[in-house]
Amino acid sequence: MTATSHPLDVEAIRRDFPILAQQVNGQPLAYLDNAASSQRPLQVLAAIQNYYSHDHANVHRGVHTLSHRATDLYEGARETVRAFINAASVREIIFTRGTTEAINLVAFSFGQRLQAGDEILITAMEHHSNIVPWQLLCERSGAVLRVAPINDAGELLLDDFFELLGPRTKLVAITHVSNALGTVNPVKAIIAAARGRGVPVLLDGAQAIPHQAVDVRDLNCDFYAFSGHKMCGPTGIGVLYGREALLRDLPPFQSGGDMILTVSFKGTTYNDLPYRLEAGTPHIAGAIGLGAAINYLTSLGLANIAAWEAQLLDYATGLLLQLPGLVIVGTARSKASLVSFNIAGIHPHDLGTVLDQRGVAIRAGHHCAMPVMERFGLQGTARASFAFYNTRGEIDQLIEALRLAQRMFA
Amino acid sequence: MAAPDRALTDLYRQIVLDHSRHPRNQRRPERYDREAEGHNLLCGDKVRVYLRLQDDALEDVAFEASGCAICLASASLMTETVRSRSVHEARTSIDRFDRALATGGGENLAGDLAALGGVSQYPSRIRCATLPWKTLQAALDSSPATVTTEKASPSR
Repeated sequence: MTATSHPLDVEAIRRDFPILAQQVNGQPLAYLDNAASSQRPLQVLAAIQNYYSHDHANVHRGVHTLSHRATDLYEGARETVRAFINAASVREIIFTRGTTEAINLVAFSFGQRLQAGDEILITAMEHHSNIVPWQLLCERSGAVLRVAPINDAGELLLDDFFELLGPRTKLVAITHVSNALGTVNPVKAIIAAARGRGVPVLLDGAQAIPHQAVDVRDLNCDFYAFSGHKMCGPTGIGVLYGREALLRDLPPFQSGGDMILTVSFKGTTYNDLPYRLEAGTPHIAGAIGLGAAINYLTSLGLANIAAWEAQLLDYATGLLLQLPGLVIVGTARSKASLVSFNIAGIHPHDLGTVLDQRGVAIRAGHHCAMPVMERFGLQGTARASFAFYNTRGEIDQLIEALRLAQRMFA
Repeated sequence: MAAPDRALTDLYRQIVLDHSRHPRNQRRPERYDREAEGHNLLCGDKVRVYLRLQDDALEDVAFEASGCAICLASASLMTETVRSRSVHEARTSIDRFDRALATGGGENLAGDLAALGGVSQYPSRIRCATLPWKTLQAALDSSPATVTTEKASPSR
């Protein structure tokens, strides 16, 4: 064993995640499917349980004590999110069900200003959730979807991207980190170019935010969408960050309670940001759990998390490349901690089943990015994705299971 | 060095591995009366089944597929099972196969098909095995549309 320099005590961290300490199919669980969904630490579970045990009531409308407490916790979580991504104001933090709903909110509300012939620019590496809402918007509005190509390493072709960024472009929507390839996009250069032309930029941050510090003001993006469940928070909660100047002019997305000031049958006046874009009783416990998850990640340090995950990625990549017939799909110079790969003669689905029998959880398939698979002429890949609580031992377990699969299907 | 355990060798039996490595009747025939295509939306498996009928018998059955070992082996074994059988017998085989996997009774399958019995213990893989059979059914029904193993109606 080589000594490594990273300040995370991974064994201690793993004690915060009781789900990791189990056997699956008679083997110790190696959970390497974090890009699909991460696990939650006790601190997040406790925050949710405490809330429901002591503080639950509806928010923003009660005169009683529990309602005040619930509101304080919910709005406290909003402030935690604001600080985490360094937004200028809590009015810029909209709670959603997740990344998908956040993108749909922009497609619906921002999309109302689009007209026939306008263009939306995305890339060839997007998740379906950053493709389909724009396709539907194009159908509604007559706008045109433009797709910037990627190279064989899975990197965005920047020159092509800049060429497609034209006078008709009304929005750029691009993933910060590719879920299928691991590519980290040069988003600052993209944002600078787009905003230089007055074009707003939405970043799909679902795969970026668990792995690196995100500062929306430093990035200078207009919208940033992410999910709680990929960053150790609950499912069913996510965030849309939006620049206040843009959000202020957005027509409502969903409508109902909480997003209004007054309702009469003569007309309705809307509430202020962020409430105007959060109709109905929100996922209060989800927001509180997300706040706890952010506090947990912050206590570990995003830089420490990134450093350890980079070591795991290097370790896994080196071992995987020693396996005969293994091809890594997505070899960008800048990558997040996931590896997509195929092994000659073994379908990813079969790999997934063999690995599961050895306790190793990975994703097999198209990763909700079918255009990426098409670009590489693949049906799917196997994908191992790492979180800060993963160990080199779990990667060894993955490699051993892959060797077993190779022997079985030889 | 880890050896494949019982559960894995039960799923990937030698006959299954053999048919997945060397699928029988994996070709596009020069002549066929009917065809159908089936997709497994979850994993992207794709199967196309070709039939030539002669006096109510399946004179030729062939397929093209891109899919996992279970899907390929199932398609290959299926063509061997129903070839030269009557349409009625083929439909009975389809029903029996579907029911055996759905009810966990894979061991009741006859002949080489019994090798696919282990699939019934893997809920996430049952659709890999049933896709070729659902596609065969669509070909028999002469359904011009693509079939799918998803819960939506098979004619979609």
